[in-house]
Amino acid sequence: MATLHTRSAARLMIAPSVLLLLAWMIVPLALTIYFSLLRYNLLMPGMEEFAGLTNYTYFLTDPAFFQAVFNTLAIVLGVLFITVVGGIGLALLLDQPMFGQGIVRILVIAPFLIMPTVAALVWKNMFMNPVNGLFAWLAKLVGLQPFDFLANAPLFSIILIVAWQWLPFATLILLTALQSLDEEQKEAAQMDGAGAWSRFIYLVLPHLSRAITVVILIQTIFLLSVFAEILVTTNGGPGTQSTNLTFLVYAQALLQFDVGGASAGGIIAVILANIVAFFLMRMIGKTLEA
Amino acid sequence: MGSITLKNVSKVFGAHAVIPSIDLDINDGEFVVFVGPSGCGKSTLLRLIAGLEDVSDGAIVIDGKNATELPPAKRGLSMVFQSYALYPHMSVRANIAFPLKMAGEDKAVIDKKVADAARVLNLTDYLDRKPRQLSGGQRQRVAIGRAIVRQPEAFLFDEPLSNLDAALRVNMRLEISQLHQQLKTTMIYVTHDQVEAMTMADKIVVLNRGRIEQVGSPLDLYHRPDNLFVAGFIGSPKMNFISGSQAAGHQAHTIGIRPEHLVLSKDHGTWQGTVGVAEHLGSDTFLHVNADAIGTLTARVSGDFAVTHGDRVFLTPDPQRLHKFDEKGLAIR
Ligand SMILES: Nc1ncnc2c1ncn2[C@@H]1O[C@H](COP(=O)(O)OP(=O)(O)OP(=O)(O)O)[C@@H](O)[C@H]1O
Ligand SMILES: [Mg+2]
Repeated sequence: MATLHTRSAARLMIAPSVLLLLAWMIVPLALTIYFSLLRYNLLMPGMEEFAGLTNYTYFLTDPAFFQAVFNTLAIVLGVLFITVVGGIGLALLLDQPMFGQGIVRILVIAPFLIMPTVAALVWKNMFMNPVNGLFAWLAKLVGLQPFDFLANAPLFSIILIVAWQWLPFATLILLTALQSLDEEQKEAAQMDGAGAWSRFIYLVLPHLSRAITVVILIQTIFLLSVFAEILVTTNGGPGTQSTNLTFLVYAQALLQFDVGGASAGGIIAVILANIVAFFLMRMIGKTLEA
Repeated sequence: MGSITLKNVSKVFGAHAVIPSIDLDINDGEFVVFVGPSGCGKSTLLRLIAGLEDVSDGAIVIDGKNATELPPAKRGLSMVFQSYALYPHMSVRANIAFPLKMAGEDKAVIDKKVADAARVLNLTDYLDRKPRQLSGGQRQRVAIGRAIVRQPEAFLFDEPLSNLDAALRVNMRLEISQLHQQLKTTMIYVTHDQVEAMTMADKIVVLNRGRIEQVGSPLDLYHRPDNLFVAGFIGSPKMNFISGSQAAGHQAHTIGIRPEHLVLSKDHGTWQGTVGVAEHLGSDTFLHVNADAIGTLTARVSGDFAVTHGDRVFLTPDPQRLHKFDEKGLAIR
């Protein structure tokens, strides 16, 4: 977009899709805001009345709310940490020439192709189950008491499951970035006396920074709204120990039939997501520009 | 100091022997050019010396010590790559300082050496820029800067000028030659451009299909090529080769005569022909003459020899400068 002319032409071309997207976004948002100001319970149809900000005060003062905010952030940060670090490690391994490279790469991608509900069920019943699970069996093998993951460390278990699902995505993006690193640069660094570790720090990591940014950005969007894994495994419990914002809104709307309260929760979730997005953009916008 | 000896060095990729076996001596302070057609193994040979490839057989001795098994960093050599291979996210300063930083030098020492190198290479104003904000020639200089700060035993250059335009290439050629005069460090320079080879080298190594065809000073190779390949490769325009009865008259299988050693005349001479194309360079004119019963000959004449397409001319080879080759392509002296 070099000249003034091409720039205004580009704006004109983009305008229809921008307008469409705007309407697409505005209508549901407006409706949700409208609902959030009503006393609207599905058990009492036809009794909707204007309620002001009661729904918001109710939702915000709910002790489960703070737990849910904390859990949401814990899931996002925990999964990001595991997938980025693990993804870099796996990408470095997969970049090495080895026997059966193609098959190994497909195996690594596999978890990403499994539906979240199925993945969570597999983990719940085949791995983490304290009686029949693989982990319990391993624990018994070495003479330890089996650990009931989902009951005793529900949040950690969910982070583990979600991280397992997203690891392939991170690995794949980082692997392609790694393969685009110029071979001659690596050789130049080798001649300059940089060992494997120095080459990683000074050459590979800066080269990957853009890909890492993309991974963080895309994953954050999806991780803010993790739902299926929680529903299938812990149902938000025990108590609210593994309830995140999405799950809290769901519980409000469909377990307590309180559409007004759920809408208020939804709006709050949107605001929180925007705050996260704001900081995210500030933090990594620079890397993308460079 | 920076003497390098290759003993029986060979390199095999899979079943393909890229370099069958090479012996070569490079003296300290020499400017050696590897030249040869594309794919003949010049880069491979250079990478073997650098340690970026393992030799399949033989030994590499650098500065009297066997370096065959040493990793690249321990050989005390610096390399300038064809793509420059600058580190894109580092400033020019950081790029040049990188080898010193890796060697664990003091901050003050690094700063001084970087400043010195930048001054030698006219890069002082660009130290804080990123590589992508530099022109091709400046990038080239940064790559050279990164190579010289370490004060290596020898420099290795792999076609460092091939990405530059013609004018800049001539300039950088001169600068590298001047750098060699200043530093007096051994330099090994790979190119497929015989003009670069002729102008820069103390010693030229002509390679063909992984074999050394001839080693010698530029004028040595020009005046006394050992075989047909070297005779045809060195010199521009190419040497004319004539076989058949004309060659038999000189007791040779093939005779060769350089374009500049053909005397042209409009009325008398040994061979007769018709001018095909005349390339006027101003100072000189290259004439492509279709000589009767011989084939196309290229002749180099002074710019004021006025002929055009279709003119009849006579060509006479300078008998002192005639090269004779036997049926194996080897020179008969
Ligand atoms: N890693 C490799 N694996 C297999 N064959 C290779 C490899 N590297 C080079 N070769 C082969 O070795 C031969 C010599 O390659 P090299 O790069 O040394 O040529 P070069 O003389 O530098 O040519 P150019 O002037 O085009 O750069 C080529 O035939 C090439 O195909
Ligand atoms: Mg090459």
